[in-house]
Amino acid sequence: MRNGFPFKRRLKVRQVKGGVFRTMFLAATLVGTFVLIVLIVDVLRDGAGWLDWQFLTSYPSRRPEEAGLLSALFGTLWVMAFTALLSFPVGIGTAIYLEEYAPDNRLRRLIQTNINNLAGVPSIVYGLLGLSLFVQALALGRSVLAGAMTLTLMSLPVIIIAAQEAIRSVPESHRLGAFALGATRWQVVRNIVLPSALPGVLTGTILAMSRAIGEAAPMIAISALVYLTFIPTNPMDRFTVLPIQIFNWVSRPQEDFQHLAAAGIIVLLIVLLGMNAAAIILRNRYQQRTEE
Amino acid sequence: MENNTACLETNGLGLWYGKFQALRDVSMTIPHRRITAIIGPSGCGKSSLLRCFNRMNDLIPGSKVKGEVLFDGRNVYAPDVDPTEVRYRIGMVFQKPNPFPKSIFDNVAFGPRVNGITDNIEERVEGALHRGALWEEVKDRLHKSAMELSGGQQQRLCIARTLALEPEVILMDEPCSALDPQATLKIEDLMRSLAEEYTIVIVTHNMQQAARVSDMSAFMMMDPDRAGTLVEYGPTSTLFTLPKDKRTEDYITGRFG
Repeated sequence: MRNGFPFKRRLKVRQVKGGVFRTMFLAATLVGTFVLIVLIVDVLRDGAGWLDWQFLTSYPSRRPEEAGLLSALFGTLWVMAFTALLSFPVGIGTAIYLEEYAPDNRLRRLIQTNINNLAGVPSIVYGLLGLSLFVQALALGRSVLAGAMTLTLMSLPVIIIAAQEAIRSVPESHRLGAFALGATRWQVVRNIVLPSALPGVLTGTILAMSRAIGEAAPMIAISALVYLTFIPTNPMDRFTVLPIQIFNWVSRPQEDFQHLAAAGIIVLLIVLLGMNAAAIILRNRYQQRTEE
Repeated sequence: MENNTACLETNGLGLWYGKFQALRDVSMTIPHRRITAIIGPSGCGKSSLLRCFNRMNDLIPGSKVKGEVLFDGRNVYAPDVDPTEVRYRIGMVFQKPNPFPKSIFDNVAFGPRVNGITDNIEERVEGALHRGALWEEVKDRLHKSAMELSGGQQQRLCIARTLALEPEVILMDEPCSALDPQATLKIEDLMRSLAEEYTIVIVTHNMQQAARVSDMSAFMMMDPDRAGTLVEYGPTSTLFTLPKDKRTEDYITGRFG
């Protein structure tokens, strides 16, 4: 003990303090994990018994034991495929333009502010926009394409912002090195920026798609059907999606429909996990190839 | 000195970043196949001057050039000259090694590929790595990531990457400032051997390095408006032993900077 300073005792207090905070952070982490586990267990207990081949291959019905979500499942797959197809190139294109090409002027900042604000707009607003713009003004009707375009608008800000972050994280020294070797701006973007940024861009796209797949509100706004007894065969067909089907089942009084809704949620989660897994595999493969 | 024609020449060169003037009235002549060192205190415009030679300043928004930079008698800032062509013929090595996150092979092949050279890529890469004094160390792992190399090896890879385009001039912006003494020595040896074929311009704030490797030396300083100016330029042996300008003498004797 130097100059009577109680180092040992103070150390004890400091260590206890550290332990308390560590426990608090762990607890915070556990809240989310616990809720997720309860949710999954609850849904599985309610729905797993109803999840069978008949459920996956039948159209909706008034009789719960005959009802299925074939049309909603295919509707979701159609809409998500088109949403990904539309939003990925437009999103990454916007991000590349803003980060690599656009001069830093007032217009650029205006666009940037707008994109940031759009990321926070409630999804129902996009639904109303889709209804008046795609369904009515562009006369696409209540089609798969109109639904996908609506979800694309909703996903774009998130994808753009994530892609911009990823592009910004590519070291400037790599760009300069490529320019100094006589690369054009496009060659720098194509060969230096995109390979490094792609994993981050894909992560952002996964997030946006995960949000879009569960959206019922904008789809209700453009009036996707509930009782649909055919599978969409082209982008102009009418459609329904899983969240709407689930919502419809949940809102019925009979208990059996609650089980159907739970089974529908399991299917939705599986589709979501499948999509995420595909994107992660794609990302890892790409990362390996560029780091070899 | 045989072959004393000018490789690079600046006439009344001025450079602005927005309203800030970074270079004022720089006129100098850089000979073929010699090492020319640009020395001076931090912020005196050494690197800015270097980046005028291959038009890298074009990439900085708001930069503006006045005067001429002649490369083999032709102004690289003439309206009909594309900066890509200038950079194809004048290579550059940066302060911090900046290999791309690709394989060693792909790093060296990058320049030829983006410039549309597709034949004999393997030989080009091997030749460039030989001249960059790196071949023996990497020949068994050409397809491994360049990021696994040591700092000194990375810098030699960056030199080899530049050599793969067979440039006429190599600009080096403090190429050893991020390296240890041993790696620095290797780069300096490499520079001496490269000077038989190439014109090298090196920015350094290590005066011993300038004295060791260079044939010609330019001393730069900020004028009262903070713009970089050329104070003295001449053969390295003269500049370091019999400087004409008082400021040069003060700097090389370590009185400031």
